[in-house]
Amino acid sequence: MTNQEILTDAFCTALGIDAGQVTDELTYNTIPQWDSTAHMLLIAELENRFNVMLDTDDIIDMSSVAKAREILANYDIQF
Amino acid sequence: MTDYQNFQSHYERLLQMPVFGINQQEKWAKLSPIFEWLHQHHRAHCAAYANITSSAPAHFSSLENVPFLAVKLFKLMSLSSTPTQNVFRTLHSSGTTGQTPATITLDKETSARQSKTLVKVLQESLGRQRLPMLIIDSPVTVKPGSSFTARAAGIQGLSFFGRDHTYALDEQMQPNWQVIEAFHDKYHDQPVLLFGFTFMVWQYFVKAFQQSSGKPAFERGILLHSGGWKKLESEKVDNDTFKNTVAELFGIHQVINFYGMAEQVGSIFTECEAGHLHCPLFSDIIVRDPYTMKPCGSNQQGLLQCVSVLPTSYPGHSILTEDLGRLLGEDDCRCGRKGRYFAIDGRLPQTEVRGCSDTFMAGDAV
Repeated sequence: MTNQEILTDAFCTALGIDAGQVTDELTYNTIPQWDSTAHMLLIAELENRFNVMLDTDDIIDMSSVAKAREILANYDIQF
Repeated sequence: MTDYQNFQSHYERLLQMPVFGINQQEKWAKLSPIFEWLHQHHRAHCAAYANITSSAPAHFSSLENVPFLAVKLFKLMSLSSTPTQNVFRTLHSSGTTGQTPATITLDKETSARQSKTLVKVLQESLGRQRLPMLIIDSPVTVKPGSSFTARAAGIQGLSFFGRDHTYALDEQMQPNWQVIEAFHDKYHDQPVLLFGFTFMVWQYFVKAFQQSSGKPAFERGILLHSGGWKKLESEKVDNDTFKNTVAELFGIHQVINFYGMAEQVGSIFTECEAGHLHCPLFSDIIVRDPYTMKPCGSNQQGLLQCVSVLPTSYPGHSILTEDLGRLLGEDDCRCGRKGRYFAIDGRLPQTEVRGCSDTFMAGDAV
């Protein structure tokens, strides 16, 4: 799987949504499935899948799929 | 400041500034236009707020001039400054036993500011990294449901600071020994975060382990707790007793209390190494004489008024609480933090503030 595919898959697993819904524009708190509880599941999923440790700033900044990719790039994950 | 975007950009700028590094005078220069805007915003969007504050000045020459609402009002009526379709979440304060819970209306923007601010403030005590987290509460507290309690909101907000979130209590609020032991085995030699509400931590965790033979040591643990001492007063448990007992039982030496309320989630007041509660850049306190409503002098006990720059969806930016406290000083705490610092002495016993003049005092009282 490419990193983009892993990212999409992590969103699907954590939020319980279809891959088709995981677009760059998908934003935190705009769908019922991505609320603050699911957000913590998403963080844990991304950490496991990409083997990174995200800090509190990352959690707050991770407001969209595009932003998630940007944050992961800071941890040398290439897309 | 004229519009919402301008307010939001003022707030974003505050986020970039040191949380405890700005002296009181400079802080007020930054906050006064924000409070003037918030006052006008709530006047324009909440009829009840506009009625109550009709005699307040439009400009606030000092922090003490910001008009306030008695916290009781949030229990008596639904105060909202946001159209129904923008309501994102309704928060219910747990309320002291026998009291009606307050209802707080949140929109997405206010909710986001609360999370961001909470992170900024607590990073000052905990750092940016997230630690394995033992939550001294039952997982049922945060079960999804229509009513979102302040306790659940608190746990959820704080969970941002942890990883591998583990609930230490079962559904009957008894220690879940197996879970605690497994958590201990996995993490006892590294920094961990323990979080719970003061009374729960004491009643269901500390006391349970006082009576048990085995006690899990978390030498590198940080215990963060909040929620007040009222229920512990009868047991004569104060902050020092609490700290000493936790250190003795679990080897935890970093115990941080914070003061906050459902009506102003996010802009919390954290305890420093000297044991004083500090106002972050986003909020402040005024201590008022309960009879005259005039600001009290230093170290004089009175009612706490809390102001916060966060709420735009409900008029809760300036609230007179029912908590008693004392202003200890300004800019000169030995921990080095700037701004005001204070102590909480307890809660006004079963009081009801009566009459319009008691629920609101405009600038003429200061």
